[in-house]
Parts: sequence; C-alpha cells; structure tokens
Amino acid sequence: MHSDPAAVKKSVRSYMIVFVSLMVFTVITVAVSGLHLAVPIAITVALVIAATKGSMVAGVFMHLSHEKQWIYGALLLTVLFFIVLMFVPLFTVMDGTGTPGQAVGVAVAEPR
Amino acid sequence: MNIPYTVEERPDTGLANGKLGIWLFLASEVMLFGALFSSYVLLRVGAAEWPHRELSVPLGTINTIILISSSVTMVMAWASLKMGNWAKHRLYLIGTFILAGIFLVNKYFEYAEHFSKGETPAHSTFFALYFTLTGLHGLHILCGMVVMLYFIGPGAKLWKSNPEQFTNRIEYTGLYWHFVDLVWIFLFPVLYLL
Repeated sequence: MHSDPAAVKKSVRSYMIVFVSLMVFTVITVAVSGLHLAVPIAITVALVIAATKGSMVAGVFMHLSHEKQWIYGALLLTVLFFIVLMFVPLFTVMDGTGTPGQAVGVAVAEPR
Repeated sequence: MNIPYTVEERPDTGLANGKLGIWLFLASEVMLFGALFSSYVLLRVGAAEWPHRELSVPLGTINTIILISSSVTMVMAWASLKMGNWAKHRLYLIGTFILAGIFLVNKYFEYAEHFSKGETPAHSTFFALYFTLTGLHGLHILCGMVVMLYFIGPGAKLWKSNPEQFTNRIEYTGLYWHFVDLVWIFLFPVLYLL
C-alpha cells in the first residue's frame, strides 16, 4: 500500500472516482429492481452489481489492489472456506433428511 | 514496555503486526456474516413464498448512500494523516462518526415502524432474518463508532508522541469500517430489493 505522502495525494483522485462509481451503481441497483425482472435474473444482476461495488471498496479503499502476500494468503483461505460455507445448506438437501423414502427401517405405506 | 512491530514491518511477514491482525479479524468476520448469508439462502430456497419489497427502499437507499459516504470520509481521514494535515483528519473522522450516527438513527426509525406494525422477528422468517442480519450489522456500526470516538477523544494524544503508530491505528479502523460498508453493500439488495 501507499506509504509516502505524494503517492497518497495521487490516490485521493481514485478515492473520489470510486465514490462516484459506488453512487452510480447504487442508483442502477435500485433502478433495475424496479424493472420487475424474473427472480433468477434479478438476483444475478443485483449480486453482480453488489460484487462490483464490493470489489471497488476492497480494492481501492482497503488498498487490496496492492497489498502484501500474507494478506492475500489469508484472504484466499477465507474465500475457500466461504465457498464451502455457502454450499453447506446443500448437504441438508442431498442427504434426503425429511423425505419418507429415506427413513431407515420404516416401511412407506403404498397408496391403495 | 515497547511493543515491537507497531510501526516497523516484521521481516518475515513484511507487515506491521496490527495490519495482519486486523485482516485476520476481518477474515473471521467474513465467516460470521457468511454463515448468516448461508442461512438466508437455505431459508429462502426452502420457503414456499417469500415477501417482496416489505422494507422501505428509499430509507435503505439513503442508508446505503450514507454508509458509502462514510467510507470515503474514513479513507480521507487516513489520507489526511499521511499528508500531515491534522485539521482535515479531524474533520473527516468526525464526519465519519456523524454519518455513522445518522445511519443508526435511520435504522431506529425503520425498526420502530416495523415494531409498530407488529412486524417483529417472530412475525415471519423474513423478519427474523432481517432483524438478525441488520441487528448484527448495526452492532458493528456501534462498535466502529466507539473506536472512532476514542480516536477523536483520548486516543488522539498518540499523534503527538508517535504519529506513525496513530496513522496505522486509523488505517486499521478504516479497514474495519470499509468492511462494515462492504457487508451493507450486499445486505441492501438481498433484503430490500430482491
């Protein structure tokens, strides 16, 4: 990250550009939600915009665009575990919990 | 006692200890909010119906603008210190604190309106998730405000004795604050718009 005053002075301009971009993306997010798109498309669009905004905050405000290896390493591990965490709900569906046919030793009554 | 590597970088990591420490803390925060987002996905996918536009979009949008603005004032508070401008730093830090306060006041009015309509966490799965996610986020805002208040008040003395260490502390506060902003950037569309 920047440590000398001259470099910091230069980066102030990029902070302002990101600020304006974040505002524009916020307006776009609200405007798109008013279009009443199909739910899967609306979710995709909203999350893509949110991810773009998040990248700008992390990259520029949090100086992640020019950080040290150790921080990238820690974040890479976090991302991997985060992805696992997001897929945890799938396991509750995949094991068939709650479905009558999956119950061990219980006969499912056939309809007459 | 002198704590090592508060300003100078450790030879093995190339970082001051505080910097690595705050990033590891933020990593744990990602998992905390990640678990809640994961619960949201599970409950939403499993729900037969999901309410749409139950929350005030204008109020949510205003709060998004407030939080984004506070992120800019926070980074400018740090940049001002780097450029040796103490007066501007104070202005930006106090500005960030005020914006955070406005965010919480808006949230109070939002919560009060929901409670007056009987929309408590027990009302539905949606409101249980809404209050859990925004409540935890609000708590993070409050914690950030406490830290900022410390640096506006008694913690500011460090600038005179060790300006570099003070600048680093403001940077770490900023990293935390930007993370809180980042979480809201995802919470806003997920709860208010979708």
